[in-house]
Amino acid sequence: MRELMVRDAIREALDEEMARDSTVFQMGEDIGVIGGNFKCTVGLRDKYGDLRVKDTPISEQGFVGMGVGAALTGLRPVVELMFADFMMVCGDQLFNQMAKITYMSGGQCSVPMVVRMPLGGGRSSAAQHSQSIHAWAAHIPGVKVVLPSTAGECKGLLKTAIRDNNPVIFFEHKMLYTTKFDDVPDEGEDVCIPFGKARIVTEGSDITVVANSMMTIKAEKAVKKLAQEGIHAELIDLRTIVPLDTETIIRSVKKTGKLLIVDEGHVDFGISGEIAARIMPDVFYDLEAPVQRLGTGNVPLPFSPALEFPLIPDDKSIAAKIREMV
Amino acid sequence: MSVKKDKELAKQFYTVMYRTRRFEEEVFEFYKRGLMPGLAHLYLGEEAIATGACATLREDDYIGSTHRGHGHLVARGADLNRMMAEILGKETGYSKGKGGSMHIMAMDKGILGANGIVGGEIPIATGAAYSAKLRGTDQVTLAFFGDSASNEGTFHESINMAAAWDLPCVYIIENNLFGISVDIRRVTREHQLSKRAEGYGIPGVTIDGNDVFTVYETVRTAVERARKGEGPTLIECLTYRWQGHHVGDPGEYRDPEELAEWKAREPLGVLEGKGLLTEKEITQIKAGVDAEIAEACKFAEESPYPDPSEAYSDLFVD
Repeated sequence: MRELMVRDAIREALDEEMARDSTVFQMGEDIGVIGGNFKCTVGLRDKYGDLRVKDTPISEQGFVGMGVGAALTGLRPVVELMFADFMMVCGDQLFNQMAKITYMSGGQCSVPMVVRMPLGGGRSSAAQHSQSIHAWAAHIPGVKVVLPSTAGECKGLLKTAIRDNNPVIFFEHKMLYTTKFDDVPDEGEDVCIPFGKARIVTEGSDITVVANSMMTIKAEKAVKKLAQEGIHAELIDLRTIVPLDTETIIRSVKKTGKLLIVDEGHVDFGISGEIAARIMPDVFYDLEAPVQRLGTGNVPLPFSPALEFPLIPDDKSIAAKIREMV
Repeated sequence: MSVKKDKELAKQFYTVMYRTRRFEEEVFEFYKRGLMPGLAHLYLGEEAIATGACATLREDDYIGSTHRGHGHLVARGADLNRMMAEILGKETGYSKGKGGSMHIMAMDKGILGANGIVGGEIPIATGAAYSAKLRGTDQVTLAFFGDSASNEGTFHESINMAAAWDLPCVYIIENNLFGISVDIRRVTREHQLSKRAEGYGIPGVTIDGNDVFTVYETVRTAVERARKGEGPTLIECLTYRWQGHHVGDPGEYRDPEELAEWKAREPLGVLEGKGLLTEKEITQIKAGVDAEIAEACKFAEESPYPDPSEAYSDLFVD
């Protein structure tokens, strides 16, 4: 294993897949000459040329739709949206077109396309550049939804996404791009992480904590601290929410009897309620306490750190909630 | 063009236009008989555009189609039985009853789908053109859309990129003057939509969309240009739809005189007026097409509906 920043792990995945398969290409705003707003594509335009790493105008509907057309005609586009919030700008192409064409055609075609985009708060980017709106994507049938946490996950899940024959929305957390993780496979190793298989980050018997993306990192910190206090939480990192690995969650909750779901999306109508409802028929009689949820407060993300930070779960609020539950 | 060649083309055009006309008439009949679920947007009166434009394409070219898309599929040579079955929601349809009239798709004919979202297909068609360029083929894509779609953001975003990168795409506005009930002349200041091409730095032209030869020759020039890598063209075809927006819309918001004027120079009549076809030839063409259409209707009507469990298939592919 190697230590790598998340953005470099993402670049490696893109580089390796473009080298392996000449039908893979990228489009997006600022991904070419400057290598991306978050530096995930540095050097790739020089290596693969302008047509395969295409800087686009600010035309999200246009270039996401072009990705769909390219995917229908033999290519594997990887399209970057500079921020997940821009999903709303091109919602038609993502959700009425990309997600539905295979179904509407009765399976005549496939749309092997990945749309990468950074989500999450913590950067004083305010209401239109900080949202965690993965629940929106997961609500529409026809797209797979990926939420990696670590550098190794980003690389392994992105490689899987690119090779998948279906549309994949790949959410990267903008606060993790420059974080280093030591879980990246060695150079030359071609490791794809399968969708729908959650990772058990730490084993424990007192409570199950389910998280994804940045919340996995924050929950891991909380869980480590609590271990010193004698509280042993089992932390599950979902990796993908479509497909959702309910089996791993159910098995864990049957063991611990308690479940906390931590997700950076707004709690209201978010994925935590969905997860709780989905596993309930299997765990109802095993539960020792009500399932609890932690998420971002139900207001647009404000600008001032004084307002923003308290709205988003962190290791302290996660630890406090766990203490309260056990 | 030689007289002989013109006569051959005239036969081909008349056949396809009459096939489209008859297909749409039967769709309307199915609707009136209560056998067609939902609604359909008929291509009646606009037949010359798809016919002339698609005649310029190769087998491996692509088209992007619209909610008013039956004519594009017929002109591309899609299977009439499977088309009609799809429109009736049957399991033998192109999309096994999952798409219907508005999402009718025939990938085997390079048809990237009709589209229920006005302007939704324009970027998709542009992406197919990008794909051809990246893959190094000389395939061309035709993007069909109506006058209303030209006021969607996708029109601007797509044509701007196609122009910037010389993509092999031909943009065809089927200007039937109305977006449902709204006259395009009430919602735009410049009514000649092809003039917008100038803003993108590409050729733009407005033509009589009811004259199939004019459509054919204009689109052929644009397709040749695109195939040579010289970039996109915007072609505005002036036409008129006979029905309202869809089968359930009588279209009473339109001036009856205007409708009558357009009907007086409808595509089949315009072609007949060129004197390239004898009455006997026309009778023969009609008899052949009528038989095909009758067979398509029979096939569709007799086909079974899909099993309800099929609703859960085709969401993802392996």
